[in-house]
Amino acid sequence: MPSVVEKKKSLTFQELIFTLQRFWAEHGCVLQQPYDLEVGAGTMSPDTFLRVLGPKPIRIAYAQPSRRPADGRYGENPNRLFRHTQLQVILKPPPERVQELYLESLVAIGIDLRQHDIKFEEDNWEWPVGGAWGVGWQVMLDGQEITQFTYFQQCGGMDLDPISGEITYGLERIAQFLQDLDSIYDIVWSRDPSTGAELTYGQVRLHEEQQFSAYSFDYADVPSLWKHLELYEAECQALISRAQEILFEENEDKLAVLRFPTLGAYELALKCSHTFNLLDARGAISVTERVGVMARIRNLIVGVAKIYAEQGKLTAAA
Amino acid sequence: MPDFLLEIGLEEVPARMLASAQAELLKRTLALLTREQLVSADPIAHSYSTPRRLAVLIRAVLAQQPDITEETTGPAVKIAFKDGAPTAAAEAFARKSGAAVSDLKTVSTPKGDYLAATTLKRGRTTSEVIVAELPKEIAAIYWAKNMYWRAGKPERFVRPVLWLACLLGEEVVPVSFAGKTAGRATYGHRVLSTGDPFEIVSPQSYLAQLEGEYVLADVEVRRQKIRKALDHVTRAIPSARWREDHLLVDAVTHLTEWPDVLLGNFEPAYLELPEEVLVTVMRDHQKYFAVEDANGKLAPHFLTVTNIALDEINTPIIKQGNERVLRARFNDARFFWEFDQRTPLADRVKLLENVTFQKDLGSYAEKSRRVRSIVATLTTLANSRGATLDADIIGGAAMLAKTDLTTELVKEFTELQGIIGGLYARSQGISAKAADAIYDQYLPASAKDGIPRSAEGAILGLADRIDTIGGMFRLGMEPTGSKDPFALRRAANSIVRILAESSLPLWLSDVINASTQAQDTEAKILAFFTERIDFYLREGRDQAYDVVKAVMAAGHNDLRDLVARAEAVTSMRGSEDFLAVSAAFKRMKNILTQAHAKGDIPPAIVDHDLLLDPAEKLLAVTASAAASAIQELQAERNYGEALRVIAALRPSIDDFFDKVMVMVPEDDIRANRLALLNRTLEDLSRIADFSEIVTAG
Repeated sequence: MPSVVEKKKSLTFQELIFTLQRFWAEHGCVLQQPYDLEVGAGTMSPDTFLRVLGPKPIRIAYAQPSRRPADGRYGENPNRLFRHTQLQVILKPPPERVQELYLESLVAIGIDLRQHDIKFEEDNWEWPVGGAWGVGWQVMLDGQEITQFTYFQQCGGMDLDPISGEITYGLERIAQFLQDLDSIYDIVWSRDPSTGAELTYGQVRLHEEQQFSAYSFDYADVPSLWKHLELYEAECQALISRAQEILFEENEDKLAVLRFPTLGAYELALKCSHTFNLLDARGAISVTERVGVMARIRNLIVGVAKIYAEQGKLTAAA
Repeated sequence: MPDFLLEIGLEEVPARMLASAQAELLKRTLALLTREQLVSADPIAHSYSTPRRLAVLIRAVLAQQPDITEETTGPAVKIAFKDGAPTAAAEAFARKSGAAVSDLKTVSTPKGDYLAATTLKRGRTTSEVIVAELPKEIAAIYWAKNMYWRAGKPERFVRPVLWLACLLGEEVVPVSFAGKTAGRATYGHRVLSTGDPFEIVSPQSYLAQLEGEYVLADVEVRRQKIRKALDHVTRAIPSARWREDHLLVDAVTHLTEWPDVLLGNFEPAYLELPEEVLVTVMRDHQKYFAVEDANGKLAPHFLTVTNIALDEINTPIIKQGNERVLRARFNDARFFWEFDQRTPLADRVKLLENVTFQKDLGSYAEKSRRVRSIVATLTTLANSRGATLDADIIGGAAMLAKTDLTTELVKEFTELQGIIGGLYARSQGISAKAADAIYDQYLPASAKDGIPRSAEGAILGLADRIDTIGGMFRLGMEPTGSKDPFALRRAANSIVRILAESSLPLWLSDVINASTQAQDTEAKILAFFTERIDFYLREGRDQAYDVVKAVMAAGHNDLRDLVARAEAVTSMRGSEDFLAVSAAFKRMKNILTQAHAKGDIPPAIVDHDLLLDPAEKLLAVTASAAASAIQELQAERNYGEALRVIAALRPSIDDFFDKVMVMVPEDDIRANRLALLNRTLEDLSRIADFSEIVTAG
């Protein structure tokens, strides 16, 4: 059956990113570049996870490559990826009628709302390892989940005030939808303006999926990964301990407070999280161990979040 | 009198919470208006909801409360006046009453003369009452999960409140909640309407005006529109019908403001996958209705309920999108189905060593071994009582029952655990009996489900659950109050239902003993089950609480027997003779209890030579004859007839109490009469403790 979508008119993958970024920039967002560490979701970038803490308002948007080693399929499944791309928008505090703003962004990427079926269905988000949860929706477009919309309520085990609105677009799914494709790998990534030559998602990324799936499932060295996990954890834990002296006890040295590397500690915690995911994909974590290791990582992430909040208070006061 | 309208505009409320919130808002608003004397005793009231609004409309509301004249009594006259002059007490009372001392009256009471004042309490306007009181009612609505959204966190609600509209007749009532003050503006459908607010003219025009902006606010109207559209669209396929699913109709009704229905197709090749998997994907993951042919077989179509009016332009677009999503989901399911089959269930038994059941109770492999030993015990018992069960088949099913937890398909569709195992077992050539037992092991999962189809499935279901209950109780993790994290109550409810509704010759004690030998745990589990059985009789069998108490008191080990006794008692309890006998039993019990308190313990045997009065001789004979008749009838489970035998004792019992005095001074005669009562009571209480039956009022 011929497609009812005019493919030439739909946005390429990169145009989709440009358009959404432009849209949110025009609505007051700071455009940040993707975070340069492995994360499982845009939420884990410090631009979301840490910035939602404390009272300071922020509007920020960024595309975030998100790695989920266990979801890799060696590039053979048309709908699953080791690494997918999210477009993450944080609105702190969320403006009134933020849903309407979101719908405008869909119009901006070429979705005529009258020609589609859009529903906001309850979907509450929870990340126990980050002590974080929120309520919200999955946005369904003609039966496809294209966006996760969340009002953050807690992060790092702390209540948030003000709360933040988080909009996470699943870019591959939206591109697949716009271009009416059964396989992610057929998504047109870019089109040469002069020749019209197209480059597909598969041409750009398939080899990554193949190699990283193989690494996660077959090659990653389990004893080394455990060692990495322990090293990252130990260093992160040491920083958290140092923070007790520098941030939580009376400290006259304002510069030392300002310079305390909470962000460094957070990166170490993220490293632990990614290493855990690799071990998990490798099948190296038994169900019994799982709970324990997750609790260890939770300690790190929640510990860092508490430090970040405290440091924020101290530096704001100064 | 004006009508009253309140509409709360919200960001999309979770579908599962709408119906109860709508009902609660109506109940609270009505209670408020009634409490404040603003409506008649039985006002005409309606409530509406869509994902984006909750509304109530109440007809004929007073615009104003009536004024109330009240007489209040003040201090005693002798305190109020001293030497003819008013004291401070009199002044204070006058001030409080808003009157001058000279306006106060004197009333005489039996305690003496008192000052009194007549005060007029002005009724408030309805608008004042609503503005002052309604916000508290809105704030008190229960939500399963709610949220903060405004800075400073002044309130929690299910989702941000976007607007309020509140009218009394054509006048706005400026009630405020969550930072919004009500006006008369509302919004239509998110996409089909203009997006701009419009003004509600009056409560009467509310529904029609919304409909003009593509919102059907009346839930029932929406539901009917959906059902009709499902029928209509399905007619495009000859002799097909959509598969009835009330819960799904409910869900999509609460997900739409302007519903329409679209028919989509999938490739017939997917029909090779088990129907259970296809239907789960469609229903649970996509909220699609399945379509079946005239024989009830799944057809390669689906129906989706849209929240937009469908036309020639958007139909092909929306159809294509939904079909692509379903295709991807079915592809995944097919991949998992084929992938899983590469490792047969038998090879997955060892994989269960790595799947934790509970940290102190070990892995699922260990659980499977325990369950196998429990099913062996239960099978032997059942066979010793005449059942003909194949122990090997049930034992084999027990070992494979949990292996589907290691399959990709169950990881993807957890709600299909058991079912997937059964399907794989069947396609891997495991006996049909074992495959069905695995398939049915989680039945009944809810009150609506049936019990397992076969005795093998029933035994497996009993064993799996009692292992969990026994294990958790041994760890001290029994449910307390509202906390039941391991759903042990539900597990026990299922055991009770299987024992009461299957034909297995097994009793509650068999099941409990098969899992635990520890005395104290056993007692706790028994007490826990007693509650569940009580619950089952009342909720599952609609038995009155006194009947339940009465039959439970006569034993609750054989649950099928218990149900039969309860039903017999219920069908008899209208009879006058039966009620009279029940009252007499109560009297006997009281006499015995009082005698016991005085140290009068009746001997076990009635001495017939000591029976003096003809009435007591008669009772001894008739009761003993009845006892042996009942014993026979009970063996046949003919409880109806047994109860008629008991009711027929009424004349001799009545006669006994008319003519015979039990507590006579002569020790031997008194003791013998107590023995007669005791004997009668014991013999006739094997069906139920009739003294528990409420006979008066």
